[in-house]
Amino acid sequence: MNYHRIRNFVGNYVFILPAFLLFFTFSLYPFFKVFQLSVTNWDGISPSIAFVGLANFKDLLTENPTFWVSMKNAFYVTFLALTVQNFLALFLALLCDRDIKGGNVYRVIFYLPPVLSGIVVGLIWNWIYDGNYGLLNHFLAFIGLGDLSRAWLSDPKTALLAVSMIHMWRGFGWGFVILLAGLQSIPRELYEAARVDGANSWIVFKSITVPLMIPVFILVSILTILGTMQIFDIIIATTGGGPGYHTEVPITRIVATMIGSSQFGYACAMGVIFGLILLALSMVQIRVSKMMRQI
Amino acid sequence: MNAAALSARPEINYEKVKRITTSFFIHAFLIVISIACLFPLWWAFASSLKTQQTVFSDLSLFPKNPHWENYYYAWTKADFGLYFLNSLIYTVTVVIGVVFVSSMAAYAFSRFQFPGKNILFLVIISTMMIPIPGSFIALYVLLNKLHLVNTQIGYILPQINGQLALGIFLLKTFFDDLPKELEDSARIDGCGRLRVYWHIALPMARPAIAVLAIFSILAVWNEYLLAMLVLSSKNFMPLQRGLMVFQGAHVTQYPLLMAGIIITVLPVLVVYLALQKHIIKGITAGAVKG
Repeated sequence: MNYHRIRNFVGNYVFILPAFLLFFTFSLYPFFKVFQLSVTNWDGISPSIAFVGLANFKDLLTENPTFWVSMKNAFYVTFLALTVQNFLALFLALLCDRDIKGGNVYRVIFYLPPVLSGIVVGLIWNWIYDGNYGLLNHFLAFIGLGDLSRAWLSDPKTALLAVSMIHMWRGFGWGFVILLAGLQSIPRELYEAARVDGANSWIVFKSITVPLMIPVFILVSILTILGTMQIFDIIIATTGGGPGYHTEVPITRIVATMIGSSQFGYACAMGVIFGLILLALSMVQIRVSKMMRQI
Repeated sequence: MNAAALSARPEINYEKVKRITTSFFIHAFLIVISIACLFPLWWAFASSLKTQQTVFSDLSLFPKNPHWENYYYAWTKADFGLYFLNSLIYTVTVVIGVVFVSSMAAYAFSRFQFPGKNILFLVIISTMMIPIPGSFIALYVLLNKLHLVNTQIGYILPQINGQLALGIFLLKTFFDDLPKELEDSARIDGCGRLRVYWHIALPMARPAIAVLAIFSILAVWNEYLLAMLVLSSKNFMPLQRGLMVFQGAHVTQYPLLMAGIIITVLPVLVVYLALQKHIIKGITAGAVKG
């Protein structure tokens, strides 16, 4: 009896042991290790690690303008993604929700860019934006706007916007698919009932579609924020953060601090601060949405 | 204007004309967006068939003399064959690992009672929601300590772990909805738990496993950051890393670079087009329910 119970007890854990081991080694340990390293000056190699208290954080907050420029850049891209990209996604979803012919074909096409990697997308657009042979410049010359042509990704005036466009090109199909699914889960009877009562399209949209879609809007916004703030692959494949620091984003800064200048402790502090900002952003987003729902 | 002119004639149904014109403009808009989605990929493909001399001047979308040999050179001389094989190995091993490890854990979380079960489940699932943008630094430090930097296993294990939360979540939800009777009767007949899991539960979970596998395939095939940190020798590099290495070394060899890109994209396209229904169902089910 007792033997049986022990066997049973051990058996339970045999099932979760592999997951448990992987999770503790590769998720939980690094998670806590980041906090531990963030208060040291470790260079990643030397055996001696000196505790420096909050010095890394103090330096980050007061004497590291580059990091905050990278944060500002990420906010810029995120703002565009939240507005331009998501409104386009919503508009397309509303169009495709109208039982149009070939709706599924459009959905398959729009979701194609999101399944491509940031590296592939970045490298292709790299060439389209190229200053000498780029397709965009050829096109501008063709329509008589040759004066506008430039090296889009290495001109400080356009680099960040150009990168944002690539990011939005890759991202809108993802928002589209989720928003469309949300729209399609709204019972059709609601629309018909409102129509019978004489409501026009705008009133139907405002008083039925929007309120029912708020949970989906929240989800899409939060995932857009988290995804866009952590943008990395597209940057690495196009500008690498340049020209100057014009397209630097937090992850490129963290990687540069870690590999480029071997400041592992400092890079961890950047990771902690950035993580806290992301957490705060999602909290604010949830709070604001809750308030909006009450109105 | 068109609609107004037509509706002046009494025999034409105004409502119908309005519907047709609206639908025309909707489709025109959707088609423009579709072209914007497809064009860059097609442009990369067309460019991969041109030569180093013509690629800058020849803007044709259907090159007259397609240079398919670019693919041969990309595959052999530019090492994309090697990278492709590596990507394939990583994807297959990670997907197999994820399916087994997470299905076993999900089965235990769904069926068994043991102390610490709920808290453990919550902690694992919470890693899906909480971003820890610096943790790759500590992960690198750990792999270094374990002598796993620049090894295949050092690139595989963290990625299995990376998909675990999704896998456990997906499969536990699936097992929860599955009737237990079959498993119970097998247990009464003296079948051990591992055998019940292996012969009964796992085969029944095939639809959920398919969704998990698809998302894992895409995630692993497209992964870059970890490959950049962990792998430094060419023999271990996957395609995404190989593309960046090639671009760094031969920045102007566009036809070969584009061929490499198409080689990288093609498997993704095949998987996506073959399984797009599952993929779209997968993202929307999670999103709309959650």
